[in-house]
Amino acid sequence: MVARSWNKFLVSTEQLSEVTTEHQAIPFYRDERVLRWAAQIVSAVLLIGLLVWIIVNFIQAADARGMALNFKFLNDPAEFPISDPVLPYDPSRTFGYAFLVGIIKTLLVSAIGIVFATILGTIIGLARMSSNWLISHIALAYIEFHRNIPLLVLLFLWYFPVFAQFPPVEESIHAGPVIINSRGIYSTWPRLGSGGVVWLISIAVGIILAITAWKVLEKRQVDTGKSTYYALISLAIVIIVPTIGWFAAGSSPLYLDVPVLEGFNYSGGLRMTPEFAALLIGLTMYTAAFIAEVVRAGIQAVSKGQTEAARAVGLSFFQVIGLIILPQALRVIIPPLISQYLNLIKNSSLALFIGYQELFSVGKIAINQAGRAVPVFAMVMFTYLFMSLIVSWILNWYNRRIQFIEK
Amino acid sequence: MTVTNQSAAPPKPPGPIKWARKNLFNSWFNALLTIVSLVIIYFILRALIQWVLFFADWSPIVEFPLLLMVGQYPREQLWRVGLSVSIFSLLMGVSWGVWKGLIQGFALTLGGFLAVLALMPYPLDFLTIDVRLLLLMNVGLILLGYWFGSARKPRGNYIFITWMIGAGIIVLVLLSGFANSRLIPSVPTTVWGGLMVTLLLAVGGIVFSFPIGVMLAFGRRSNLPVVKGFSTAFIETIRGVPLITILFMFSLILTVFLPTGSRFDRLLRALIGITIFSAAYMAENIRGGLQAIPLGQIEAAKAVGMNSLQINLLIVLPQALRLVIPAIVGQFISLFKDTTLVIILGINELLGIGRSVINSSPEFVQLQLEVYAFIALLFWIISYAMSYSARQLEIAMGVGER
Repeated sequence: MVARSWNKFLVSTEQLSEVTTEHQAIPFYRDERVLRWAAQIVSAVLLIGLLVWIIVNFIQAADARGMALNFKFLNDPAEFPISDPVLPYDPSRTFGYAFLVGIIKTLLVSAIGIVFATILGTIIGLARMSSNWLISHIALAYIEFHRNIPLLVLLFLWYFPVFAQFPPVEESIHAGPVIINSRGIYSTWPRLGSGGVVWLISIAVGIILAITAWKVLEKRQVDTGKSTYYALISLAIVIIVPTIGWFAAGSSPLYLDVPVLEGFNYSGGLRMTPEFAALLIGLTMYTAAFIAEVVRAGIQAVSKGQTEAARAVGLSFFQVIGLIILPQALRVIIPPLISQYLNLIKNSSLALFIGYQELFSVGKIAINQAGRAVPVFAMVMFTYLFMSLIVSWILNWYNRRIQFIEK
Repeated sequence: MTVTNQSAAPPKPPGPIKWARKNLFNSWFNALLTIVSLVIIYFILRALIQWVLFFADWSPIVEFPLLLMVGQYPREQLWRVGLSVSIFSLLMGVSWGVWKGLIQGFALTLGGFLAVLALMPYPLDFLTIDVRLLLLMNVGLILLGYWFGSARKPRGNYIFITWMIGAGIIVLVLLSGFANSRLIPSVPTTVWGGLMVTLLLAVGGIVFSFPIGVMLAFGRRSNLPVVKGFSTAFIETIRGVPLITILFMFSLILTVFLPTGSRFDRLLRALIGITIFSAAYMAENIRGGLQAIPLGQIEAAKAVGMNSLQINLLIVLPQALRLVIPAIVGQFISLFKDTTLVIILGINELLGIGRSVINSSPEFVQLQLEVYAFIALLFWIISYAMSYSARQLEIAMGVGER
């Protein structure tokens, strides 16, 4: 259409008015703007109609079954126990509180899992790139082992034959400071004593001072060109200030909490339930395999010439890694790393199958118990969505900071 | 005029000692690492082999191999499963013959499995001489299909349609049967199980999620705000929650959302949940392909006067799909692993049936490690073979080279 009228315009400018009239004469069913609007309206009507249809059906069905569609039950007593509840909990607490306990337990296992998976994944990823054939193939075997077996099978393998078979309390295994029995894994653990707060404050002060010294001295070195040994000085500050704090606190700020047998149970120390330990190990090792591949891809994305050029201008091995490779590799690593972290959080819901009660398990019990399927489901899904959003928001913010600023 | 000895012969591959010195002992640190890891590997392998051969009790696997493969599918109707495998083998062979390298890995893997099972030296109850011969016949069918495919070169479209018809016959007619038929009596999905269900769910999930994924991918790129908003919200919501919550929701709430009275088969509910879940990831994969199509293609199509429907269907989509085939295969592998989660709906897929075998007798409860190790091995072999074939496919397609 347009092409034809353009031809006419070329042929004779006098016909311009005629052309414009022809434009106005485009029938509405071929006018792009009208079609666009029609498509908008039709799609909106169809989609909204579908949603309304689902919701109407849903409300009718819910009415017919007498299902609750409000959140009043959050203040009712939960009436179910939660094993190893982290927060003080008993079945008389409200359901809302039980849900919170579930969220905390999900966050706990995810946070610890993310830290360990990152460390392990980085080590394996670097091992994969080792010049030593054997080391790199051990790492490859680890990665291929974990990537080709479903996480649930791995969790079953860890939990049922291993962690669920720990001996009863009377026959506990003593391995140095660690005591293992069917009730859990107990470890001697340092805890804050009476002067602990003073020591903690001194650590914080030490870190702040060290960062300040680092920034100031680094700037001076850049400005004057004279070496100010900022790394060494900062390191010294971060060691010396807490040491002063330790002695200033008077009595020892830390004491060792040793698990002791009281009656039929151990108490004290740091306790991990077998379920938590199995979930943590399974999740960490599984995710580490994926993170290893992410790390390897990121480092390989930095071309070898960069390393060689850096060595040529006389940077040390650690300077090459810290100043040349890492800043460039991180740009490649961060985005896929985000999705691995999100996967780990979502995968923690498999805890249900091995009896670690977290967000999803608590939600499932509540659904079966009280028949509040829909609101509880909405809460569970919204919580997972919210966690995903927060994690990706934080990491995207970090990612934006380290990316190249292009035009 | 002989132009010989112009270029030097390629260097000979280094001998084993030279290779070891270069790759294992090139510095004192690497030498130390090598020796330490060799010692560790030796102890691990020794313990593992001793366990597998002498300490492990494989009786649950040896007694119930069929249970792990097909669940409680009626034993006198097993020929239907066998026939399904034969149809699948034949189609695989034909596709291999036509598309060669793209399918080769998958076809060889399937043939290898069947051949290994047929020639297994270990005597198993269900592996009678007849079954072994039938398994070998399937290998023959793959080869026959290959011969037919490479000799006659049927058009790709026909093969695709044959696949769809074959899959429909396998699932709807052969495996399910009819209520009042004597030849193929109805077999309710409640007795389906084992590896068969795992594979059916994974394949069904990918196939059904494909059209939804294409629509969502276009929807997310659309300039209609309602469509775009809905697609984006759908994709991000599904990707933001664990598969297990979606499966559980479909087992529990689906009946509430639909008009009263609609009832759903348990396996079908699982399949719907998996399809919805998979569609969101499929949409993102396809969207990646759509974005990779250069704008010039679209402009050229506009210049020759195509409307936007034609541009998308005839120009953009075919090229985009070609780009995302490896990603879809990867998605299939992870979906294959994710199907283990359907045990939350009480479906006895491979892992679920393993759990039932363990709980079926008190002495098996002591043998959890053996059963789960076997299931893990089975998953590992299949999924490794598929990812290996996927890499072959990427090489054959020249991804990243054009």
